[in-house]
Formats: sequence, structure tokens, C-alpha cells
Amino acid sequence: MARTRDESSPLFAGNSAGTLRLIVYLALALVLMVLDQRDGWLWRIRYGAAVAVEPVYRLAGMPSAGVRMLTTAFADRQYLTRQNQRLREDLLLANAKLNRMAAVAEQNARLKELLDTSDSLGLKVQLAHVIGVDMGAFRYRLTLSLGARDGVEAGQPVIDARGVLGQVSEVLPTTSMVMLITDPTHALPVVIERTGLRTIAYGSRDGSTLTLPDIPLAADVRGGDRLLTSGIGGRFPSGFPVGTIRTVRPAANGTFLEAHADPAADIDRTDDVLLLHDLADPQGPPAPVQPAGPPAGLAPASDGGAAAAEPGTARHPAPAPAPGARR
Amino acid sequence: MSRQSAGTWWFGGTLALSLLFMLVPLPDVLEPCKPYWPALVLLYWTLEAEGRVTLGLAFTLGLLADLLVGVVLGEQALRLCALVFIATHFRARLRLFPMWQLTFAVLALLLNDRLLLLIVRMLSGGSLPPVSWWLSPLVGAALWPFVFLLLDDLRVRARVQ
Repeated sequence: MARTRDESSPLFAGNSAGTLRLIVYLALALVLMVLDQRDGWLWRIRYGAAVAVEPVYRLAGMPSAGVRMLTTAFADRQYLTRQNQRLREDLLLANAKLNRMAAVAEQNARLKELLDTSDSLGLKVQLAHVIGVDMGAFRYRLTLSLGARDGVEAGQPVIDARGVLGQVSEVLPTTSMVMLITDPTHALPVVIERTGLRTIAYGSRDGSTLTLPDIPLAADVRGGDRLLTSGIGGRFPSGFPVGTIRTVRPAANGTFLEAHADPAADIDRTDDVLLLHDLADPQGPPAPVQPAGPPAGLAPASDGGAAAAEPGTARHPAPAPAPGARR
Repeated sequence: MSRQSAGTWWFGGTLALSLLFMLVPLPDVLEPCKPYWPALVLLYWTLEAEGRVTLGLAFTLGLLADLLVGVVLGEQALRLCALVFIATHFRARLRLFPMWQLTFAVLALLLNDRLLLLIVRMLSGGSLPPVSWWLSPLVGAALWPFVFLLLDDLRVRARVQ
């Protein structure tokens, strides 16, 4: 039965019509790719097609959600007890830190009131679930269960309990994509906690570490140094942990030191993340730290107030995570 | 419900499932081993049902996959078009191959597909992928006999064309 069909198709086919069609389709695909690469209107189409696309994401996320539910359902008692114990300890520690912070926060609020600034240490966050969808490529992205309808906007920082995770790169009506800080095309302004050195952390090709390729040769940087967001660039608020430096060595070109760092956030294992709502100071980079001069009391009133306020905002969140690492 | 329309539903269903399988995440260790499901399913239908898989269909499926994955519109459309073209071109000969030879042919096709992807990525300014990235075609080819037999068996059982 199949034979009669086979005979109609030439065994050593060289039909030019098929080749022509292939060329047309390939050209069409190339044109689409180039247009998309230049203007990025794929996302506009996706936004329009969201009604169809998003249920597919939810459907594709179901197996991983199911596995997670099963592991919870069948987790043995000992494991749960252990986890419970660990969480209690964490909570205790966090509470102790919070108590210490409370006084400082209150003081800070009072000082800020005096200085008439509005931004506060309190965070406005939104909890989002990670949908387990494999976006192919090289896995530098996450899909979240919140979208434009929940007030998510592109560029919002995303953190988890341990540190900065990434930023929202694209938004659909009820889902959004997060670009991780380990994406090779992502750059994050950071400051080294111990020395205050400002530099930039890029993602890396393997997708699990951060690279800091342009540290001055003379800079004092060593393994174990913690990285915090510096707030420069105005996208990420300052003072969030980013990672810990693992190795430092001269870069291949010999003019800089290159450091590799492990991200602080649980890039691979997060189920729930926080979306930050108050973006960093929109006016851009904070003013440079005032060099030591006469005490503020002696300076003219208006100048001294402004100079004292800026370093205060930049430095303040740092003390919370510091005690563990400072030795 | 004629047999013909049931066959069309089955055909569309396998393609839709292949897209869904593409999106389902695997544990980190297995991640690089994930085969490119739409390619495998399209290959099966190219070999088994003459005239059903056209270049236009491959293009449309590729565009849908691009819409879902959201990397670059047209990337998978290009890859699947190339794959289907080669497969239809050599269809008559591929059908005569015993299974092990066919498996190697599929491996070559999938490697070619990865190469295309690599070229597209490089042109759009991506970085070189890690070595484990090349595992996927190997796993895809290793799974091919099972995919082929399973789809064939299901088709025979359901008695659809």
C-alpha cells in the first residue's frame, strides 16, 4: 500500500519547486529574526497572544508543581522536623537582628523627618511564585506568576531571602520573565562591602557565577568579600547582598584584576521570590561621599544637611547583613 | 467523526504535545539532555505520512514554538524548515533504512539542527554554549527508536491514518 505512494515521490528528487519554497521560508525566517532582533516586537506579539500563551505556561509548569507537591506530601517526619528546627533558628536570628535594627530604623526615620526626605527603609514588596517553565536557551530566565495586571513593570528588581536575583525583563498580562543576574548580558553595579570599592558584576557563560572583570590592579579585594548593590544606575536599591567573591586573579589582558563571585540568592532553587516596588532613587547615582572636613555643625546649615543625608542613605541598609562577614 | 478527521486531530495533538514537552522543565542535571521534541515528532510524521508535513507547516510550528519560548521570532521556524526539507528530500531512502541506520540519520539531522542554532546564536551576539549543550542531539537520537515505535503503535491501535 505504501509502495504506490512511494513511486510518486522521486527517489533522487531534485525538484526545484521544493528548493525554491525552502529558500523563501528561510528568507522569511531570517527577515523575522533580523526585525525582531532590531525592534524587539516579538514581545508585542506575545503580549497580544498572551491569552493563548499563558495557559500553556501554566500547563507546562504543572509537572514540576506536581513533583513539588508530592515531595511535600511524602516528606518524612524527620525531614520536616529538621526543617522546622532550622526555620525556627533562622527566625530567631532574624528577629534578633530585626530588634537591633528597629532602634536604628526608628532613629533613621526621625532623622529623615528632620531632613524632610520621604524615602524610607521599609520595603514595598510583592510575593510571586516561580512557574517551572523551561525557556530553553541557556536558562538565564525565570517565569513568574505575576504580570501587568498585578502591577508588575519591566525593570523591577527581584530578590529572594538571601539576595538579589535579577530584574523583570518582560511582562505579559498575568506572567512575567525575570532576567537573572547570572545572565551574561546582565550587568549590576555593586560595591564591595569591606572596602567600599565600586565596580560592576556581570553574569557569566556558565550561568551560575558572577564575573567582575574590571577591578583595578591595586584594589584590595580577596576571596570571601561580600558584594552589595551600590544603587548606582538607579535600578536596584542599594545595600542588598549580591554575592561572595570566590577567586581573584589578574585578568588575561593584565590591566585589571578579575574576580569570580557566587551569587547570594538561590538562583537554582527558588520557588517564591519578592518583587520590589519602590525603585531606587530615581535621580541617579548618589552624591560622592564627602571627604572628611569640618564637622557639620560648623558648616553652613543648608550644605551640611545635604552632605550628611546622602552617605546616610547609602550606607544605612548595610549594617543588617554585616555582622557575619565582618571579621 | 470520520477516520480522516480523527487522524488530523491525532496529528495536531502530537505536535501540540511536543511543544508542551519542550517547555516542561527537568531537574538541573538532566536539563542539557532534553531532546528537541518538536523536531522528533515532525520527523516521524515526515517519514510516516507523505504530504502531511509541508514546509509551511514546519514554519508555522516553528513560529508557535518561538512565540512560546520567546528568544528570537523565526529561529525555530528556520531550524524546523531546514530539518523538514532535508527529511522530505531523502524520505524515500530514509524509509528503506533499518532502524539503526535511521537512528544515525536522525542523529545527523539533529546535530545539523544544533549547528544551525549555534550559527543563529553567534550571529545574534550570543556566547559559546558549554559542552553539555551538545548532549541533546545524542539523547534525541537515542530516544528516536522508542518515539518512533510508540507513535507508530499508538497510531495503529487508534486505527487512524
